[in-house]
Order: sequence, then C-alpha cells, then structure tokens
Amino acid sequence: MGRSRIQTIFYSAAALISLVGLAEATYLTVVFLSGETAVCGGSPDCFQVLGSSYAKIGGIPVSGLGALAYFSAFAFATFAGFGYGHARRFFAWTVIAMFGMTLWLLFVQAFRLHAFCRYCLFSAALVFLLTGLLVARPVAETEKS
Amino acid sequence: MKRYLPFIIVALVGLLAVGGGAFLYRAKRSANPTPKISKTETLPSGESIHALGPADAAVTLEEFGDFQCPPCGVLSEPINQLQKQYNLRVIYRNFPLAIHAHAKEAAFAAEAAARQGRFWQMHDLLYREQAVWSKSTDARALFNAYAGMLQLDLGRFKEDMDSSDVQQQVENDQQRGAEIGVKTTPTIFLNNKVVPSKQISPDELPGMVEAAVKKAKPSS
Repeated sequence: MGRSRIQTIFYSAAALISLVGLAEATYLTVVFLSGETAVCGGSPDCFQVLGSSYAKIGGIPVSGLGALAYFSAFAFATFAGFGYGHARRFFAWTVIAMFGMTLWLLFVQAFRLHAFCRYCLFSAALVFLLTGLLVARPVAETEKS
Repeated sequence: MKRYLPFIIVALVGLLAVGGGAFLYRAKRSANPTPKISKTETLPSGESIHALGPADAAVTLEEFGDFQCPPCGVLSEPINQLQKQYNLRVIYRNFPLAIHAHAKEAAFAAEAAARQGRFWQMHDLLYREQAVWSKSTDARALFNAYAGMLQLDLGRFKEDMDSSDVQQQVENDQQRGAEIGVKTTPTIFLNNKVVPSKQISPDELPGMVEAAVKKAKPSS
C-alpha cells in the first residue's frame, strides 16, 4: 500500500474519531449552557462530575473546551490528510494536549470526585484512540510502498 | 478544486457544529423554560412562602406537593404554563409523604436552593429529573449535583440542607397542610377552594383554572 494512501486512511480515521468527539462535546456543552442535567441511566455519577467545580475552567465549561479541541483535531487531521505538512505537527500537538487533559480529568474523577461520568469515559476512550493512532503513525508513515 | 476541499470540509463541519449546537440549545430552552421570578415571600404573619406571579392576582393556585410523587411531576409543567397564561399566583407548599424515601430530602434541597434565590429552578429540576433521583440509592449526591448545575454555592447549600431552619420550613408547610385537611399529594386549592382530586389532571386543571379566572373577573 502506498505511503500517501496509508496517511489518507490514518488521517481519515482520526478525523472521524474527532467528529464523534465533537458531537459528544457539543451536546454536553449545550446541556451545560441550558442548565439541564445529563442523565446517565439513573446513576448520580454524571451529575457529580458534570456539576462539580472541575467541570468548568474560569466559567467556561470543560466540554466547550473539549469541543474546540476536537474541532481542531478534526481540522488538522483533514488538512494533514490532504497533504498539508504543518497540519500533521499541529494535529500531533493537539492530540498530545488532549491526552494530557484527559489524564488529568480521569485523575480528578478517580481520586477527587470518586465518581466516573460515562460521557467523560467515552470521550477519554476517543482521545486514547486518537493517541493510539498518533503513536502508530510513524510506523505507517515510514512504511515502504 | 481539491486544493480548496479541506477548507470546505472544515468550514462545513464547523458550521454544522455551531448551528446544530445553537438549534439544540434553543430546543432545550423552549422545552424547559425557567421561571423568571424566583423569590421567597414573607407574609405579614411571618410565614415564608414560595410564590410565582403577582400578590393581587385574580386567582391563586396553592399546591401541596411531594417532589417524589409522580402525579405532582406530571402537573409541574402544566401549572407553569397556566401561571403564565392566566398570570396566576402560584404557591408551592412542601408536603413530602412518608411512603416516598427521598421526598423529604428533596423538599430540603428545594428549600436550601430557595435560600439562594433558586427555589423554582430547583423545583422544576427535581420534577424533571424525578425518575432519576427517586430510584437512586444516593439521592443526596444528585441533589448536590443539581445545586452545582444551578450554580449555587455548594458549601452553603449542603449546610442549609442540614439546617434546622430548612427542616422547620418543611415542617411548617406540612403542618399547614394537615390543618386544612391535606392528606395526599398533589392537593390543589384555587382561591382557597380545594380542587376535587379527580379533576387534578393536566387535562382537567386548565378548565378549572379558566372557570376560576372567569368567576373572579366576570366582566372580562
């Protein structure tokens, strides 16, 4: 398989994962802004996490920042897929920042709030997938055609 | 064309995200309107009440409710609509029934929210999420989270929930209900006349309210 084709597949997958994350983060942002409560099948955990002081930074909902991050990842992955060289580097830095933030949020849920929000865990899984793709990328990019 | 394609894709996705978010936000806001007035009134007798609408309204609807009672939850939004439609004065009294495990705690949560000017917002939230917290093994955690969602001072909310003042307020409401013969929920009074329990339904209540309004203002 050609190198450019592998790259296209890789960045398409990354863009798709980012799109899913963008949809979820946008939904959570709307829920936050409308003052509604996110329902997690009767479990109080979502409420504990999404209603906590950790759910916003300087008044801005973390889900809103997440939406921005996913949109950036989507945009950079799309441009990288079309061969824009700089976009690859921006994509990598965005995913690394998201990974760091995800680790922090998982730590907060496990050790400070003692509650896990399913939406947040789903988002964490998406970020881990993106990180996995990023780690696998050099292999794919250096593969000989 | 291929040169511009990524710009078009990214712009489209950005527009879809913002547009979709705005559409969802509008839909949620119109589905769950928040009452504008949210204050606790003190009557000349010193009694505190939670009331919506003008004190000199032609019709006063007084409800004795239990946040865990499903029929009360069903009536919550129709009463909000009637309040707006007829500019009613709506008074809510806590009447938590002993058969409902979390009803009293929910009443404390509403009273604690009232201490921060958010009684009606908490009232609506408790009814909207009734199916969730009433089945929960840790309803208190949910009430704390609701307080967070309503942007309340959580420390103060927790203190107020356990305070004797808040518990006394709920006791006072229950006592008042017992004095005037309230035994179950929802019990509704229209201009101090009890509405027969068979007519307390989203279908029949509007007719009762309309009749009460016409009776109070025969010329209009």
